[in-house]
Amino acid sequence: MTTAAVLAAATDTSTGTGEAVTFWILAPIAVLAAVGVLFSKKAVHSALLLAATMLCLAILYLAQDAPFLGVVQVVVYTGAVMMLFLFVLMLVGVDSADSLVETLRGQRIAAVVAALGFGGLLVFGLGDATVTNVGLDQANHDGNVQGLADLIFSRYVFAFEVTSALLIVAAMGAMILAHRERQEPRMTQAELSRQRFRGGQHPAPLPGPGVYARHNAVDTPALLPDGSPADVSVSRVLIARGDVRHVPGPERELAVREEDDDA
Amino acid sequence: MNPMNYVYLSAVLFSIGAAGVLLRRNAIVVFMCIELMLNATNLAFVTFARMKGSLDGQVIAFFVMVVAAAEVVVGLAIIVTIFRTRRSASVDGANLLKY
Repeated sequence: MTTAAVLAAATDTSTGTGEAVTFWILAPIAVLAAVGVLFSKKAVHSALLLAATMLCLAILYLAQDAPFLGVVQVVVYTGAVMMLFLFVLMLVGVDSADSLVETLRGQRIAAVVAALGFGGLLVFGLGDATVTNVGLDQANHDGNVQGLADLIFSRYVFAFEVTSALLIVAAMGAMILAHRERQEPRMTQAELSRQRFRGGQHPAPLPGPGVYARHNAVDTPALLPDGSPADVSVSRVLIARGDVRHVPGPERELAVREEDDDA
Repeated sequence: MNPMNYVYLSAVLFSIGAAGVLLRRNAIVVFMCIELMLNATNLAFVTFARMKGSLDGQVIAFFVMVVAAAEVVVGLAIIVTIFRTRRSASVDGANLLKY
């Protein structure tokens, strides 16, 4: 290729203004959400921020003449995969906090240096690339979905068949891994009741959460006769997450109510 | 705007995902970071397909999505199994294969 041809190809690399605006709005959001995944302490926040990143990527796919992949990204990733993640988070317990103790000395710094170095290597390596921008107008001539279908069911048909085998194996593997064989016989109700009374724990049902004029949700503990909050009246998951609402003492609650009556 | 910007974005997201895999201890968050890396590569595939003017890159991205879905199912099942036996989802806890 002559220099003139390279220059001609290089001048044809710009995209439309609308796409540039979309990119410069969505790319920072995607990067910030990804950094949030990395640094948020609660796994649920990580999951939601990852879903935000995936949605940004879906819109970028749509902007790049890939409508099928954009829709599949929303349906498969943000729809199925992230819901599966949240489901497992609920199963495993939201209170399983990340331990912040460094088990290997210097591992955190080494990891940050490795990631930064890797990113720098990628970005500066890409800076040397010769860019052409042919565009998908010709390939998408009969429609994006039709073009993809042509390829998947002709050139990539074997890979597609193997994919179906992979999905079946994955489904069976997940069922086998998640299945638990019962080791001991199921306890009867009489045995459970005996265990509860002999264990010396609270035999009656636990007290419900507090009902107040302003809050009657599950995160407000009930008050004991002496005015102190009863910890057993709130779910221990909420206590572990630090989401329990502070209940003012009875005299303060009364004072607040009287102020409201005056107003 | 140069379409290479998409590839730069993909490289940045991939590096953030790699940092997450190296830094975080919670197995589920590590898994999410792996998903982030897969998504970043998908963005690169879609961009290259557009630059080259052929749909092969989009087909590969589609296959990556299928494999990622299968991987998530099996990986999360493994995490649930580990949590059931060890009552912890930390990657530090699962060290029995070491010996």
